Amino acid sequence: MLTAMTGAVESGLIYALMALGVYLSFRILDFPDLTVDGSFVTGAAVAATLIVNGANPFVATCLALFVGFAAGCMTGLLHTAGKVNPLLSGILMMIALYSINLRIMGRSNVPLLNQKTVFTTIQEWGTKIGLDSAAAKTWGILLSMTLLALLFKWFTDWFLQTEIGLAIRATGDNPRMIRSLSANTNLLIVLGLGLSNAMVAFSGALVAQYGAFADVGMGIGMIIIGLASVIIGEAVFGTKTIARATLAVIGGAIIYRIVVSLALRVQFLETGDVKLITACIVILALVVPQMVRQQKEKKRKEEKRRNRAQVMAVAATGKGEADVAVKRDL
Amino acid sequence: MLQLKGIYKVFHEGTPDEKIALQNIHLTLRKGDFVTVIGSNGAGKSTLMNLISGVLFPDEGTIWIDGQDVTMMPEYVRSRYIGRVFQDPMAGTAPNMTIEENLAMAYTRNQKRTLRRGVTKKRRDDFREVLSTLHLGLENRLQAKVGLLSGGERQALSLLMATFTEPAILLLDEHTAALDPARAELITNLTKEIVERYRLTTLMVTHNMQQAIDLGNRLIMMDKGQIIFEVDENEKKSLTVEKLLAEFQRIRGEQLVSDRAVLS
Repeated sequence: MLTAMTGAVESGLIYALMALGVYLSFRILDFPDLTVDGSFVTGAAVAATLIVNGANPFVATCLALFVGFAAGCMTGLLHTAGKVNPLLSGILMMIALYSINLRIMGRSNVPLLNQKTVFTTIQEWGTKIGLDSAAAKTWGILLSMTLLALLFKWFTDWFLQTEIGLAIRATGDNPRMIRSLSANTNLLIVLGLGLSNAMVAFSGALVAQYGAFADVGMGIGMIIIGLASVIIGEAVFGTKTIARATLAVIGGAIIYRIVVSLALRVQFLETGDVKLITACIVILALVVPQMVRQQKEKKRKEEKRRNRAQVMAVAATGKGEADVAVKRDL
Repeated sequence: MLQLKGIYKVFHEGTPDEKIALQNIHLTLRKGDFVTVIGSNGAGKSTLMNLISGVLFPDEGTIWIDGQDVTMMPEYVRSRYIGRVFQDPMAGTAPNMTIEENLAMAYTRNQKRTLRRGVTKKRRDDFREVLSTLHLGLENRLQAKVGLLSGGERQALSLLMATFTEPAILLLDEHTAALDPARAELITNLTKEIVERYRLTTLMVTHNMQQAIDLGNRLIMMDKGQIIFEVDENEKKSLTVEKLLAEFQRIRGEQLVSDRAVLS
């Protein structure tokens, strides 16, 4: 149970980088970017292929970041220069990336077993300072991924407070206004989507090394996982400020992983059901808060009506206060 | 300062819906001019504004700002020189960002935006100072999201954001039309105050004849895509709504009952 939990937290932290990317496109730019399903795999494919060919895993992971940036920019260009609808430009890039990912890997699956990855290197460092192999792995990954997630969170917070960052936020909030304040919204959309997909690809590169394989199908439904993390996080932690919201996204990613790993412990659910579970979580996260709000509102109105009725009854009976008291006692 | 020469604009050219929005517009604003524009619906006032701000481009003619030909300059480049306030109070501000963040975006309109912090301590002090000129107490709510403000407050903020960097041209597109009378008066007074303070070259579209007469030093009347009547500085001082309507009827030579209803 405990190992399952640490595993969930570990992968939650890695997927949190992807979720931050989704937050950037979905929430900040208000752009439903489906490129994520493709660029996540692109990151994994680039890193895995480079590592198999003997590249330094850190360099490979960083390169994945740049390739993801390029993919995001392409989607942005499709939408801004090509005037293609946002959803469609994302889907087009996602499909195109599927073939590109196959080309990068040369086959549909690249195993990374017995390869030197970011995580095996961290584990080595851990054993060097005297930890046993298992502890070095668990603590090494937990610590380094926490730091990395916080680094990305800090970067996002900082970036969104800069002059360019403010303009990107305004592009998602009120494009007409920021154009009238001399901002090139097309450029900002391209930049924002580039950054978003850079984070997604970086996360993909790390996930590939964490799971010791890159697979062409590993990105299916990734956007929904990202969205689930964002929505859960926002619901649990709130969105008052940017710093709060980004923290919420990381928290949401971890909670999501924990929920999935708990769900998979139920007897009748299989590994293949993960996507269904994800979809259900997102649906619940979207629908339940609304229903709760409606229910609350209904209750509030009923309460009000009841109070009014009582007041009216008292007023109508006039001196019959005693009657009311008697009725209440009954 | 602002010069328009021989402007033509046709929508849906070559189709049954063809509509000549503007024809042969010549207009020159000297530095510090405050010109009010009146005219019925479809007269071409908004098209004129959109051509000047670069949302649309003319089919013929040239537009100069400060001696620079900006006819084909894209909107986001041109808006360095042009401050704009829209009719919709929601259009001029970003609702999910704070007051100070909105001001920071306006503050950087005529500079290159960089990776410097948008809201610095020094800027915050500046913002507090300019906000206090609105007399709405917004200077104490710098960190409030703009979406929480009322329509009047948002429009006042939009006006401030459009003007406090002292743009070469200020365009006001019926910016009081969506507000209740009290708020509209507040914004009208603020407009007067701000335009005088910064001596801004201003073009203001309005449906309200009295407002058009009260504000500014010049007035133009548009109809069917043309400027049909211009009032200069001296004539404007003695202008009344009745005189304007009479002039309009004399020029068009027709009883325009519907226009009277729209304009007054």
